[in-house]
Amino acid sequence: MKKIVCVLLLLTAVSLSACQTNSMNQVMEVSESQVQMRQIQTRAFDTTDYKKTLRTVIATLQDLGFVIDKADDDLGTISGTKLNGYSLRMTVVVRPKGKKQTSVRANATYNVTPVSDPQPYQQFFTALEKAMFLTAHEVD
Amino acid sequence: MIKNIFSIAMLFCAMAMLMGCAQTIPKEALELSQESFELRQLQTRSFDTSNEKKLLSAGAGVLQDLGFNIDESEMGLGVIVGSKDRDATEAGQVAGAVFMAVMFGANMAIDKNQKIMASLITHPSGKQTKLRITLQRIVWNTQGQVSKTQSITEPEIYQEFFDNLSKAVFLEANGI
Repeated sequence: MKKIVCVLLLLTAVSLSACQTNSMNQVMEVSESQVQMRQIQTRAFDTTDYKKTLRTVIATLQDLGFVIDKADDDLGTISGTKLNGYSLRMTVVVRPKGKKQTSVRANATYNVTPVSDPQPYQQFFTALEKAMFLTAHEVD
Repeated sequence: MIKNIFSIAMLFCAMAMLMGCAQTIPKEALELSQESFELRQLQTRSFDTSNEKKLLSAGAGVLQDLGFNIDESEMGLGVIVGSKDRDATEAGQVAGAVFMAVMFGANMAIDKNQKIMASLITHPSGKQTKLRITLQRIVWNTQGQVSKTQSITEPEIYQEFFDNLSKAVFLEANGI
């Protein structure tokens, strides 16, 4: 009996250890390594049509069930939210990259947690590739 | 007695483990599905005009007719974002809450307020201009907690919006 209680307490402690002790630390918090995150969140397309890229990003977000919150033509930023029992917020930044490419960086927040799993980003870029009729290149 | 304490302890442990601290994103959240394409059809119409600006402003007009406030707009990308705050009380829920209160003296939270958000996007395509609107809403209950976050997928709602928009475009085209 005592053993079981001990094991349970230990398990609880382990599961709680994922929790934070000071929520203020979140202000400058970065998940994973920044370089790694940048790689997961960024792709380059072989096009110089900046505006078309922005419009395609908007269309792709709509395809994925997002409502657009903000769009800025000059800065190349698009933000959208998907509500489906959860709240998924995405910000996509489009920038010219060199003379021949355009880079697209996306970052997502699921409820109050930043998304660091590569798979959702990969899915987003797969959808974007299809809409762009172009291949998304990984960036190092 | 010991047995009771033990079961309570177990319950607490189970709760702590279930709550954890990190939430993970559902696998299908950013995946295109068959449903995505059906929704696209539902939410998109093509208009015989190459004047994107005019169509966008007609769209803004319809949103205003429906009581939306415009939150954001970016003509360069054909984007208008609007929202409205409305009552979300439903007769069925009120009846349920009254029943619970009378029978068990329980204070059941019911839906109270909602925020409806719309993004309206135009997209030139050849001699035509496409317009797509997406809608979603957040509902809060009488305790101020979020009770629903959902995308609106009802075909009737989109049909009605486009009926209104067609009228508006027609009126503007005819200069009325």
